[in-house]
Amino acid sequence: MSIPALETRDLTIRFGGHVAVNAVSCAFHPGTLTAIVGPNGAGKTTYFNLISGQLRATAGEVLLRGRPMAGLPASARTKAGLGRAFQLTNLFPSLTVIENVRLAVQSRAGAGLDLRHMWSHRRDLIEAADRLLADVKLTERRDATAAALSHGDQRKLEVALLLALDPDVFMFDEPTAGMSVDEVPTVLDLIAGIKAKGNKTILLVEHKMDVVRSLADRIIVLHNGALVADGEPGAVIASPIVQQAYLGLEVAE
Amino acid sequence: MNSLLSGDFPRSRLLAAILLAILFGLAFAPFLFPGAQPLNVAAKICVFVVLVASYDLLLGYTGIVSFAHTMFYGIGGYGVSIALYSFGPEWGPMALGIIAALAVSVVLALMIGLLSLRVRAIFFAMITLAVASAFAVLASQLSWLTGGEDGRSYRVPEVLRPGFRLLEEPLFGVAITGKILSYYLVFSVALVLFLLALRIVNSPFGRVLQAIRENDFRAEALGYRVVVYRSIATCLSAGMATLAGVLMALWLRYTGPDTTLSFAIMIDILLMVVIGGMGTLYGAVIGAALFTLAQNYLQVLMAQVSEATAGIPLLPQLFHPDRWLLWLGVLFVLSVYFFPTGIVGRLRR
Ligand SMILES: Nc1ncnc2c1ncn2[C@@H]1O[C@H](COP(=O)(O)OP(=O)(O)O)[C@@H](O)[C@H]1O
Ligand SMILES: [Mg+2]
Repeated sequence: MSIPALETRDLTIRFGGHVAVNAVSCAFHPGTLTAIVGPNGAGKTTYFNLISGQLRATAGEVLLRGRPMAGLPASARTKAGLGRAFQLTNLFPSLTVIENVRLAVQSRAGAGLDLRHMWSHRRDLIEAADRLLADVKLTERRDATAAALSHGDQRKLEVALLLALDPDVFMFDEPTAGMSVDEVPTVLDLIAGIKAKGNKTILLVEHKMDVVRSLADRIIVLHNGALVADGEPGAVIASPIVQQAYLGLEVAE
Repeated sequence: MNSLLSGDFPRSRLLAAILLAILFGLAFAPFLFPGAQPLNVAAKICVFVVLVASYDLLLGYTGIVSFAHTMFYGIGGYGVSIALYSFGPEWGPMALGIIAALAVSVVLALMIGLLSLRVRAIFFAMITLAVASAFAVLASQLSWLTGGEDGRSYRVPEVLRPGFRLLEEPLFGVAITGKILSYYLVFSVALVLFLLALRIVNSPFGRVLQAIRENDFRAEALGYRVVVYRSIATCLSAGMATLAGVLMALWLRYTGPDTTLSFAIMIDILLMVVIGGMGTLYGAVIGAALFTLAQNYLQVLMAQVSEATAGIPLLPQLFHPDRWLLWLGVLFVLSVYFFPTGIVGRLRR
């Protein structure tokens, strides 16, 4: 098989005595969407934090296209093609919506160290940011501050920032949590659109089983920080261990 | 105009009017307010606009709390002082002194930045405080070089000396002396530096600084190496403060601890930035102008009030010129209470 876009080997982190992520080994291939499920506190967000460099692993490694990421700060991992949207909304509150997105576009364009020109000088970056706002249906709120947005709109902006980075590996952490029912499809369509490009690797933490079933090529299950199931969606959802212990409620819905 | 102000307009009629009035007042100060004392106040305002703007770059735009700002200001002053004192009042040595001062400042800023911007903000603030205090002690102990506690007077290049006459005849009734040329040097350099700062904060780089102030964690996650951006901001701010120190040293023809390194100046800078409005740059203009005027004329005003209220119990004592610091404090508390976002923030609402 081809070289994985992303791989973790025995990835582990301990907080005091508590092992939040326990020796997780897993490879993710280009063109696939992997759903990561598991009860709250299972370690899904922490697993993401280890991959994207927000936390330092106690043991194990993260490899991006075979290249070890050890010691690289989050910014370097982003530059290397790892993009992340956060579970808890994490924006630049007093900057406007367009400024938020433009900052992400500008990072991707490597134009952050330009001190000589005006912010408005790079029309192309602003136009790219405006297109992304249209994609997430936030054009109307373009000039509002991020802090003034509704929760659902903030989640959409969060997704727009990730899209702006256009990484090789997309990591979504519960992107639709707390969204109203009519906002959810916008985000899911965008994720489906990324998947349709065929060469991107997508990791999606999601609780809604119908979403997982329709989008995912594969499901992995985390429990108490350990990887306890991994496979094709139908099989994983049907497996007794998942049915009973972790997904009972959601599947019954 | 758009590109001169880097697209960052005052965004309030009243603010624009006040800024224009200050600009006009400073540009024609020698003719509008003749005399040594008013010109001195005007020059001080120019220097402090630069100094406070450079601090705002750090505090208001990048969210870095530093107490080492007067150190960089002092380095500029001492650079000029040492060069002119040791090598004579010529432009060459002066340029050398300025370049050396800038180099020392940037290296120090880089060291402080790289060493301590990784630690928590409160520790960073304390480290800057320690470094600044150490530097002040050093400057006063190396008296063979700096003049120690007494500081040093020196001569500036001839065209900047009060004895120099540019024109035989007075212009609009004002003799165009070297002091006036000196003032216009200070004024124009200050104006250029301020416009430069305005460009920096409105550049793509400047927006990253604001992003770091808002949420450094997310800025890093977007791919911006926060420590690099913070270090560059620290160096830029230090360089600008150094140039403010250079201007002050040229204007006063004296450099000593009280005019450069004293902690009282650091507090003044903090007050000016807060009164004017953090993270606006225009706040630096308003803060510096208002504060310097108050510092110089509050006592005069109070003496008048005190005389006018003579005979009424308590009031004359309350307004005695010796209480001016108390009233400055009251004004400060009131302004922070009523304008938490500074005067500029208030006017822009
Ligand atoms: N910085 C931290 N310090 C201590 N414990 C943490 C930290 N981050 C996460 N944890 C713990 O790790 C476990 C996994 O949390 P998390 O990854 O957020 O779970 P999930 O995203 O699957 O709901 C939880 O028990 C949480 O309390
Ligand atoms: Mg989580």
